[in-house]
Amino acid sequence: MQKEVVLSMRNISKTFPGVRALDHVDFTLRQGEIHALMGENGAGKSTLIKVLTGVEEFESGEIRIAGAEGAIINHSPQEAGEHGISTVYQEVNLCPNLSVAENLFIGREPKRAGMIDWKTMNQKARDLLDSLDIQIDVAMAVENYSIALQQMIAIARAVDMSAKVLILDEPTSSLDENEVGKLFGLMGRLRAEGVGIIFVTHFLEQVYAVCDRITVLRNGALVGEYEIEKLPRVQLVAKMMGKDFDDLEAIKKTGESREQTGEVVIDARGIGHQGTIKPFDLEVRKGEVIGLTGLLGSGRSELARSLYGADKADSGELKVNGKAVSVNSPLDAMMAGMAYLPENRKEEGIINDLSVRENLILALQAKKGMFHLLSRKEQEEFTDKYIQLLQIKTADRETPIRQLSGGNQQKVILGRWLLTQPDFLILDEPTRGIDVGTKTEIQKLVVKLAGEGMSVMFISSEIEEMLRTCSRMAVLRDGQKVGELREEELNQNNIMKAIAGGEANE
Amino acid sequence: MSKISSVVKKLTSYRLFLPIFCLILVLLSNLIKTPAFFEVSIKNGVLYGYIIDVINRASDLVILAVGMTFVIAVSGGTDISVGAVMSVAAAVCCYILAGGQQSVNEFQNPYILGVLAAMAAGVLCGCFNGFLVAKMKIQPMVATLILFTAGRGIAQLVTKGQITYIRVESYKMLGASIPGIPIPTPVFVAFLVVAITYVLIKKTTLGMYVQSVGINPRASRLLGIKSTWIIFLSYAFCGICAGIAGLVASSRIYSADANNIGLNLELDAILAVALGGNNLGGGKFSLLGSVIGAYTIQALSTTLYAMSVSPDQLPVYKAIVVVVIVSLQSPELKKMWKKLSAGRAVGKEVA
Amino acid sequence: MKKKRNIDGNTFLLMITIVLFFVMYLIGILVFKDKGFAKPQVFLNLFISNAGLIVIAAGMTMVMIAGGIDISVGSVVALTCMLLAWMMDVKGIGAVPALILVLIMGLVFGLAQGYLIAYLKVQPFIVTLAGMFFARGMTAMISQEMISVKNTTFQSWAKAKINLTFLGGTVNKKGVMTYPFIYPGVLIALAVLVIVFVMLKFTKFGRTIYAVGGNEQSALMMGLNVKRTKLLVYVANGFLCALGGFLFCLNTCAGFVEQAKGFEMEAIASAVIGGTLLTGGVGNVFGSLFGVLIKGTIETFITFQGTLSSWWTKITIAALLAFFIILQSLFAKAKGKKK
Repeated sequence: MQKEVVLSMRNISKTFPGVRALDHVDFTLRQGEIHALMGENGAGKSTLIKVLTGVEEFESGEIRIAGAEGAIINHSPQEAGEHGISTVYQEVNLCPNLSVAENLFIGREPKRAGMIDWKTMNQKARDLLDSLDIQIDVAMAVENYSIALQQMIAIARAVDMSAKVLILDEPTSSLDENEVGKLFGLMGRLRAEGVGIIFVTHFLEQVYAVCDRITVLRNGALVGEYEIEKLPRVQLVAKMMGKDFDDLEAIKKTGESREQTGEVVIDARGIGHQGTIKPFDLEVRKGEVIGLTGLLGSGRSELARSLYGADKADSGELKVNGKAVSVNSPLDAMMAGMAYLPENRKEEGIINDLSVRENLILALQAKKGMFHLLSRKEQEEFTDKYIQLLQIKTADRETPIRQLSGGNQQKVILGRWLLTQPDFLILDEPTRGIDVGTKTEIQKLVVKLAGEGMSVMFISSEIEEMLRTCSRMAVLRDGQKVGELREEELNQNNIMKAIAGGEANE
Repeated sequence: MSKISSVVKKLTSYRLFLPIFCLILVLLSNLIKTPAFFEVSIKNGVLYGYIIDVINRASDLVILAVGMTFVIAVSGGTDISVGAVMSVAAAVCCYILAGGQQSVNEFQNPYILGVLAAMAAGVLCGCFNGFLVAKMKIQPMVATLILFTAGRGIAQLVTKGQITYIRVESYKMLGASIPGIPIPTPVFVAFLVVAITYVLIKKTTLGMYVQSVGINPRASRLLGIKSTWIIFLSYAFCGICAGIAGLVASSRIYSADANNIGLNLELDAILAVALGGNNLGGGKFSLLGSVIGAYTIQALSTTLYAMSVSPDQLPVYKAIVVVVIVSLQSPELKKMWKKLSAGRAVGKEVA
Repeated sequence: MKKKRNIDGNTFLLMITIVLFFVMYLIGILVFKDKGFAKPQVFLNLFISNAGLIVIAAGMTMVMIAGGIDISVGSVVALTCMLLAWMMDVKGIGAVPALILVLIMGLVFGLAQGYLIAYLKVQPFIVTLAGMFFARGMTAMISQEMISVKNTTFQSWAKAKINLTFLGGTVNKKGVMTYPFIYPGVLIALAVLVIVFVMLKFTKFGRTIYAVGGNEQSALMMGLNVKRTKLLVYVANGFLCALGGFLFCLNTCAGFVEQAKGFEMEAIASAVIGGTLLTGGVGNVFGSLFGVLIKGTIETFITFQGTLSSWWTKITIAALLAFFIILQSLFAKAKGKKK
């Protein structure tokens, strides 16, 4: 039963300075269909949505929507709304201090004699929510309701304003299972009414629970559009990672198997953080390189952050080198011998107006405390050492770090943590945005440090990198640690199978 | 032609260009108005002259600007209670030195006690502000609004609603001069405060931490800096500075005048920091810039006085300067400017 | 489904304020009964002496709901009074045109501040701090000495007692029947309150103010014109400041440089004590009215007491302000944890 096409995007291309965000991408959405849009980092998902909703312009291609003559171009979210396209974002865009009814109708309140008619507005709100099977007090301020309910209110507003295409951008990230179920119920009702829903998400299980079709993007290009029944999980994972999955091939890893006999450096039991990572157990031995693998959004960074105290763990116990440690803040983790290179270096790594030298020595300084200032001479020596070691290209020690290229900035942050001589170093996407030559250097450095006794946690989206450096891998899916792969099992296929999950061949 | 423009470009890129340029501008205009502006002589064993007067009177402001620099750098917020805190500190000091009386001819308690009390009062006020901002996460301007409102009232209470006079020669020395030393004391005190702060910045981690927290609080937290503590310390430090400035101001008039000490100095302090090239949104700061800014403002006041502007009317000009500076700092204005020049460029192309 | 109506935090804060006022007033009656605190005129005087503050607090409430602040109001009041006095008594301009001119001045002042805040996105605090100094300085530029208002029309407005005969009168010492009275200023202030209340509750502009104060980003995404709303809020506030200044001038009949010093703090305190959140998005002009009445009650207390310095009013208000600020911040923390 072929449903009517409500939205068709053809040959969409968009370039940002230096990068091709979208390269002749097609996307089709049918009436009464829930269509998942998936892709790893830099795939182009958000750019495609932005182009559709008028936040960004596109260079070539055309967009057609049912009910409008010819190709359309949306110049703003308002215009997209007039064409019947609306978006509900992850950070629910409601005004917390206003009532439910007001949030639903603000900007288009029913009026009587020039004054806002509250009675009618409240009634209309009740009717609208009733039709979506939501029964709440519409006169209460929206902030009194859970995020899940707020999301549904935002969806109700979007649907009431334009009924053709509803884009849900990562709606389930802050919801628990119960709430996700309710959201899916709402989505089902909308689908029955003929609304086309674009579901942007990274949660594998949810995609298989509720979607009809999947479109996969990779590096700005279309990988393909698939019907859900015809795409086994593991094939989906493979397509997202840009790999081929061949059931029959088993590629054995060459090289010596490193015996892991060192003492346990990190012993985590039941560590978890509400909303980002479910409680997990993890052991890391001395000199080991443990990789965290999984799709984008599976919880890799979140796991690392909960260990380090970047997001303070709200459950579980942690022992470092045999001693129980209570990590209330990153400083506690640092004092226990941990170090963390964040994924987002711009927002959480570089202190952009400070010099290379200052950025480099800050963590060590923090460890030493306020009253033990590193002498200028020491600072300069350390800085020179790491500029040399990591081949950091900078005019001077005193150059503000924001003048360096992204890759060199990353090297400075890496140097910052190496300087603290940690027992346990967490690297979250350490080679992102770095040239190929340096990527290799860093991988070699990681192996070398491990050989010298440092334990390293390595998170990367590139499987080959991890295969080259890791002696063990923890696998994550949908915000949970779902398993581990030992050295002997480490190959591409096994990794993808583990990520995809139990019903791999369904 | 391009060589000149490249030299100009290099000059303007120096951090301290704006403050030094403004200072020179104002000093020159002073010179034009008062040809004898730079003349210095010695009267009664003390340096004397217009320029000396400017440097002398600016001392209170310099001390305030030092404290304000930290507060702005670390939190992007301002402390508008500094004037009121000066008043409180002065009141406390005079209360102690007068032993509770209204006018005395000799110290009722040791001088050092009065000084310490004033500084303690300053610190306490600073800690109060710091607690509200750092721990309770209240917006800085709102938190400091409380002492701005109540401070002078508290000072009035301490002085029992009267002006307390300390008619002791040695008390006046802080605001005037110490016999045998030609340089007026306030200048010394200001210099000392700046020097000690400079040492604090360079020899401890304070300077780096304050900037780090001001530029990127998230990253600072991740590398182990306790930002709550740093913010708290900055406000406490600003309080101490206000206390010291209050002592100097009080000594000038050898009394504690709760209504007038430090009046309107809040805006001047903020203006000094802004004129010093520091971003009012926080981040990297230049102590020297704020100091230069403070002297510039004092020199500006002198120019305006010479043009028969009264002290009450002075704020109009200062307000205009503030508005001009913050507008120039506004990223929105830069965006609008870009759009305008892009439009003009397109127009040129078409033509 | 049953309707569960919880009392949410903001209503609770407002209730505290109203209760506080009644408690304070009752204490006043109990303590100063023999000095005549219980007379209805004492209550009416709260409105008479604070008519200007009521209008300004209404404007301040509006600005704070939108998420901004305006600390120039005291100086604008002083400027208004000085302008009125100067126009009428030095330049001989009639009372009515003078009034119209100051109201225009208020609009223009608000426009300038609003533009800097809404379009150039400069911090409201800095802009209005500069505004405060600018207005105060301009007052001094017009005249360093006090100018009394002798204009007969103005004087007649200032002296226009309205006797509230329905409240019943008493015979005073001279044997004359006197009634509780108010002045037209009170009626203007109450009218302003009602108009602002209606505007905030029943017009699109009013609701947009709440939306912008609640979450500017969301308001933008919902298609509301945030910049224009913010600009208009400051323009309206400028107008109300000038109007409040006019009412103030009716009480003092003079213009001088030091006038209304610290007025902005009283306005902000009234709004905050009245339940307006400093973070924006929440506020009610009638709550601010109670804030003004509380301040008036404290002042009346001090007057009746006779010996305490008037600075005690300022200190008590500051203490109340601090109390309510901390209370608000605790409520906000509790709300954050609930989620």
